[in-house]
Amino acid sequence: MSAVLESHGHDHHGPAKGLMRWVYTTNHKDIGTLYLWFSFIMFLVGGSMAMVIRAELFEPGLQIVQPEFFNQMTTMHGLIMVFGAVMPAFVGLANWLIPMMIGAPDMALPRMNNLSFWILPFAFALLLSTLFMDGGAPNFGWTFYAPLSTTYAPSTVTYFIFGVHIMGASSIMGAINIIATILNLRTPQMTLMKMPLFVWTWLITAYLLIAVMPVLAGVVTMMLMDIHFGTSFFSAAGGGDPVLFQHVFWFFGHPEVYIMILPAFGIVSQIIPTFSRKRLFGYTSMVYATSSIAFLSFIVWAHHMFTVGLPLAGELFFMYATMLIAVPTGVKVFNWVATMFKGAMTFETPMLFAVSFVVLFTIGGFSGLMLAIAPVDFQYHDTYFVVAHFHYVLVPGAIFGIFAAVYYWLPKWCGNMYDEKLGKLHFWLSFVGMNLTFFPMHFVGLAGMPRRIPDYALQFADFNQIASVGAFIFGATQWLFLFIVIKAIRNGKKATPEVWDNPEGLEWTIPSPAPYHTFTTPPDVK
Amino acid sequence: MLSKAIPWMRLSIGSFLLFSASVKADWEVNMTPGVTEVSQQVYDLHMIIFWICVAIGAVVFGIMFWSIFAHRKSLGVKPATFHESTLVEIIWTAVPFAILIGMAIPATSALIDAYDTAESEVDIKITGYQWKWHYDYLEEGVGFFSNLSTPADEINNLATKNENYLLEVDEPLVVPINKKIRFLVTANDVIHSWWVPEIAVKKDAIPGFVNEAWTIIPTPGIYRGQCAELCGKDHGFMPIVVEAKTQADYDVWLVDRKEAAAKERELRDKVWTLEGLMERGEKVYATNCAACHNADGSGIPPAFPALKGSAIATGPIEDHIKIVLDGKPGTYMAAFGPQLSPVELAAVITYERNAWGNSKGDFIQPIDIANMQAAE
Repeated sequence: MSAVLESHGHDHHGPAKGLMRWVYTTNHKDIGTLYLWFSFIMFLVGGSMAMVIRAELFEPGLQIVQPEFFNQMTTMHGLIMVFGAVMPAFVGLANWLIPMMIGAPDMALPRMNNLSFWILPFAFALLLSTLFMDGGAPNFGWTFYAPLSTTYAPSTVTYFIFGVHIMGASSIMGAINIIATILNLRTPQMTLMKMPLFVWTWLITAYLLIAVMPVLAGVVTMMLMDIHFGTSFFSAAGGGDPVLFQHVFWFFGHPEVYIMILPAFGIVSQIIPTFSRKRLFGYTSMVYATSSIAFLSFIVWAHHMFTVGLPLAGELFFMYATMLIAVPTGVKVFNWVATMFKGAMTFETPMLFAVSFVVLFTIGGFSGLMLAIAPVDFQYHDTYFVVAHFHYVLVPGAIFGIFAAVYYWLPKWCGNMYDEKLGKLHFWLSFVGMNLTFFPMHFVGLAGMPRRIPDYALQFADFNQIASVGAFIFGATQWLFLFIVIKAIRNGKKATPEVWDNPEGLEWTIPSPAPYHTFTTPPDVK
Repeated sequence: MLSKAIPWMRLSIGSFLLFSASVKADWEVNMTPGVTEVSQQVYDLHMIIFWICVAIGAVVFGIMFWSIFAHRKSLGVKPATFHESTLVEIIWTAVPFAILIGMAIPATSALIDAYDTAESEVDIKITGYQWKWHYDYLEEGVGFFSNLSTPADEINNLATKNENYLLEVDEPLVVPINKKIRFLVTANDVIHSWWVPEIAVKKDAIPGFVNEAWTIIPTPGIYRGQCAELCGKDHGFMPIVVEAKTQADYDVWLVDRKEAAAKERELRDKVWTLEGLMERGEKVYATNCAACHNADGSGIPPAFPALKGSAIATGPIEDHIKIVLDGKPGTYMAAFGPQLSPVELAAVITYERNAWGNSKGDFIQPIDIANMQAAE
């Protein structure tokens, strides 16, 4: 109680000293920083598992790991990248940016903000600890289809279930906080249709999170019941239904993939106008397109299940609904291109990542459209073509979006510029490495290589070798990113409040670095 | 982490040399058109959609890259100020919508064809097991397992990999050409997926469900595929081989198959020696047990225990028989009673009790196993 009184007693106090600052902090900037560092650590952990996968797949035969451990690597790689790297990074960006973009002093629920971060390390400690246990880590894929993840799972699956529960609780709290902040703490002149697109996309993402994270919690709880309490939700032998698992999982899972991309749409919509020196084309249509995508994400889940034996009418419905997503997604891409058209462009690192986002995400969108065609999906499904598809939307989509955001706002966060030459080097190495890794996967997938296999027939050898080399380049390059960020924080060139050439947004009206407390009185919006 | 990881790691120094000898350059970049009408239809649809995507990409990226070159600040251009146009937004919503309808029409008709399993002439039930396939010819009363036949030495880089590495089985699925074959696909344990690209059939094998698919293969040949749904440790090691034969050859094969089954029944009733069972048991073990328990019985602890010197393999034979027949719930150990013949069961149990230094000297006759199964 005394701490509360104290903080109300002093205006404009700085951060507390020492390590406990980070444990007790309720400051949105501190919590944003915690989220971002946490997600980067998870990115390296998940990435090192990808390196194990690519090393094993460098050539046919079993060389480095056995199939059992290989399956643990693919499973943990997926889980950690989705729940540990991409999602916390976006929440970190939301924490740092949303209050500064809408002219709020902090997040609406600062103590819950602290809690939603600090339960995450425990969730991942639970998940990662399974690697050291008898039976090994979860080995049933990040989609954990029953009954492989129930009746046939290693005993450590219970740790996985509790880990997912905690991650879900964290995400739900984060989402509630973001919605409460955006709806209540905007500076009075900022109407909804004046909000920056990053705020809009995060508002919609937060609603998706609240809608589907409880579904994920439900499905893992049903697994828990099946494993420990004798129920048979997913066991055919007990009158249950293994396909039910997939319906429930993908009802969570499909909106989840949009949760991982919508904030990146917002980031790119902030960056492209700045470096094109031209206002975003079609702001209103961008908001409507994002909302349409979010709505459609709830009615397309079974396109992940075209081969489970859905009735014909079901196949047709999910095929048509999935194809429809191309319309609002197309609108977004066209708007970004129209924003660049007749601008006056420069290509600093954030813009390079944003432009390559548009190109490569669109390629991932094209393969997504191909996958939507149910009869052809019978050939694509569960092959490396799918692996190529979702890595094209997640790596140059979500991850490049996060990189772009870090380069764009880092000077605002730490007050110093990053090294532009090194930033560009990071971009080009990532770009080349990423394409070298994932483009050949289209080919081996079409030629018939199934996903999630530790060893493969000889005709897939050449492209797999190329993919592995690309992955090692991409993986090693991320240490350069860490170096660039630390170098900027420690001794980068001082940044101006505007940082870039006349960028739009309230965050550029405050000094760089942003003071510990900002917008204690609501600012004006033009 | 390292202490746990080491048992999983097996570095093979010779792997580079062995592999480089067997490399064949193969740069296949596209889907197979396959051999059936449906697979050709699927391939055509795939190419149409691919070229539509290429065309859209060329226009969008063309405009974008032209802007990137022509509208650079370094060229001294002044940015335009336009930022919205309702007409343009309507156009680029309506045009893609029309293109999508154009795509949906052929896709719908291809899907309706793929779902038409009526009026089949041959019905084959396919059951997925961890990690092999079982085929039942419903009209003929013929059934058998189909296991990976690639030797472990090739997988472990101790021998040169052959041309059909990981795509070869001991008993292929044999089917007649020009007959409508209906597949009834299910599974015994976890979900698998039966996929042969050249006939464009991929159907999930789900315990408790029977899914249907069909094909008519016009030309004799060997068509290879793999399991497409993660099903545990050896998901990558349960290939599918379909051998399409002319009706005459197919009939000959069926007769052979039935005679072999009759012979197996005779073997069940004869009195076996320890040596005879050991010889047969080694083969059964290599096909069914070595994937988890290793060829030398050392297992992959802790998930897959060693059999060499184990309490089961050197303890009372009744316990040993029970675990092989019924499996061990809650572990990876499957029930082999329904999967293997009495001869194979007796042989493999005898082998496990008398190989790798296990020297119980006791053994069991196939007929005793058959009687035990009948009594249950």
